[in-house]
Amino acid sequence: MTSTATASSVAEPPPALEVRKTGSGSALGRYILIRFLLIFPTVLILVTLVFFLIRLTGDPITAALGGRLPADQLAERIHEAGYDRPILVQYVEYLGRIFTFDFGTTITDNQPVVQVIATYGTATLELVLYSLVIAFIVGIPLGMVAAALRDRWPDALLRVSAILFYATPVFFAGLVAKLVFGVWLGWLPISGRASVRTELAIGRNGGTGIYLIDAIASGNPAYVQDVLLHAVLPALTLGLLTAGIFLRLVRTNVIGTFNMPYIDAARSRGVREGRLVRTHAYKPALIPIITVIGLQIALMLGGAVLTETTFEWKGLGFQLAAYLGSRDFVAVQGIVAMIAIIVAVTNFAVDIIAALIDPRVRY
Amino acid sequence: MTTSRLIDRMPVVHQLRQSVGLQRGMLVAGLVLTGIFVFCAIFAPLIAPYGYAQLDGPDGNFGAQQPPSAAHLLGTTVGGYDVLSRVIWGAQTALMVVIVAIAMSVFLGILLGLVSGYLGGWVDRALVVVADAIYAFPTLLLAIVVAIAINNGQSGLWPGIMAAAASITVVFIPQYFRVVRAEVVRVKTEAFVESAKVIGASTPRIMFRHVLRNSTRTLPLIVTLNASEAIATLAALGFLGFGIQPTVAAEWGYDLNKSISDVAAGIWWTAVPPGLAIVLTVLGITLIGESLNDLADPRLRARRRAGAAKKTPTPADAVAASQPASREMMGEVE
Repeated sequence: MTSTATASSVAEPPPALEVRKTGSGSALGRYILIRFLLIFPTVLILVTLVFFLIRLTGDPITAALGGRLPADQLAERIHEAGYDRPILVQYVEYLGRIFTFDFGTTITDNQPVVQVIATYGTATLELVLYSLVIAFIVGIPLGMVAAALRDRWPDALLRVSAILFYATPVFFAGLVAKLVFGVWLGWLPISGRASVRTELAIGRNGGTGIYLIDAIASGNPAYVQDVLLHAVLPALTLGLLTAGIFLRLVRTNVIGTFNMPYIDAARSRGVREGRLVRTHAYKPALIPIITVIGLQIALMLGGAVLTETTFEWKGLGFQLAAYLGSRDFVAVQGIVAMIAIIVAVTNFAVDIIAALIDPRVRY
Repeated sequence: MTTSRLIDRMPVVHQLRQSVGLQRGMLVAGLVLTGIFVFCAIFAPLIAPYGYAQLDGPDGNFGAQQPPSAAHLLGTTVGGYDVLSRVIWGAQTALMVVIVAIAMSVFLGILLGLVSGYLGGWVDRALVVVADAIYAFPTLLLAIVVAIAINNGQSGLWPGIMAAAASITVVFIPQYFRVVRAEVVRVKTEAFVESAKVIGASTPRIMFRHVLRNSTRTLPLIVTLNASEAIATLAALGFLGFGIQPTVAAEWGYDLNKSISDVAAGIWWTAVPPGLAIVLTVLGITLIGESLNDLADPRLRARRRAGAAKKTPTPADAVAASQPASREMMGEVE
């Protein structure tokens, strides 16, 4: 709900509000329960959609190996994997296996998809976390500045740059960053998560897969520096583009709450403008921001695919693009299904946080 | 706005007159950039110095990765195509995809939203849950899966355009569905719908004549915002290798993908022009959409004079209401 909708619900409470108030005591508990149960249909719908769309073109083995194997071997492998059975039987079986967290085995390199996700997921997590931090640090304060100085030149400048960031595809921004800072200026490495020597050194003891933690654990500052330098360009690219979205969101919502009567009341009590923005207008505006951030994390997974491909950052997205290239649709299906679950759970968490912050949500 | 000549009430003209200052600047900049894009798209055969798949001219083969020169203002790509020509022709591909995608998603989204919102019942609830599920999913991943489904990822001109458009459509339908449905649910309780029922109008007639016409005012806004998203999605698909083959059409995302290795070697002219084309096109359309959005919302509109007509709820509210915030979903699903 954006501030707009909040404003109208304050003016005239919808009828549903009164009805739901009767169960007041455990309202939050009930909300969490229903919201939790909603995860299942969401995941089911997405997994079903992905399954049937991918199987529309035929069985995955022909797609991956067709033309490379003689017809009889191909048929044999299709039979072994059970792809010659009715599609509905396969679908039910697939659903059953998902419940046990079995997403199948990739065709091209014969690895369980869960293993692929565990290996490369940490790299994506690391990139998304860096980018989120940058997006928060840059996007939210600047959005507040833009709202406070509304329609003056800093606002105009910030809004135009936010739209510019929004309009720039993440892969093009990445290519330009590589060109300028990596090739022309030579300041930063342009690909990979760390140099080979560092990768070998910090990966020696297994490690967490999150390179920064591994590098710090190794105790060698040179490795930490190497890992951080490699992260600068990808994280800035994805982070700044997301910051543009946060900026627009914060600006619109803070301006929305700025028109509420209680802001006038606070102003007439002599609250300073800066404090007005920071505490009075910002907090109510936070709810829609949190909700959109939940959606944004889902979108960042899409952006991560492109960013990782641009910077050869060996994460889930890079791997997904590689599997797409080699037409390994079992792997694609597995990774996408896993992402569907992540998205559903993230949205659940975000809604619960929103409900905890804002009592209006749970009634 | 004392006169109510037709031209004043035309969608964009109306907003242009209504706008002042920065907002007008943004709207005009958006209109100019979009105008250039559409111009390039329509007149590509006349403007472009070469064909999009042309490898040799009168002086023989173009050569690969040639730096900009008089013959090739922006150089040639690694595949030996003229960069400038492919950028101009790329506008045509992008425009076609955007038109097909928007047309399909508007049609299907409105139809589903109207039927679902007006008739209600379990179909409505099921559709809302499905639309929310799809809406929350990363659009690019969904588009990839649809691209696989439609043409196995390879494509000629029309199959390619249709595949890209369909991938984008699937992503957009839930948005139109939500917006139209929310409006229909609101409109169907109005007195004029009841009157129509009383005088015995049939359900389809009420739906399409009375409710639909009063439920589409927010659409121009969403269409503009989606058009820019469509171009970005098309480019992203191309970048991941689901684009249209270079011999059948020019596509910016595909060209950018091929320029990844050029960049490491310091070759800028294969990456920057198609990338800038995407940025400027998306920027232009977004500026229009943003301005329309602000102008539609009285609280965001910069005013020339006090007391501008205040409509509630505004189209911007309806767009805001279309965001699948959980509590709405709860309200609708319970």
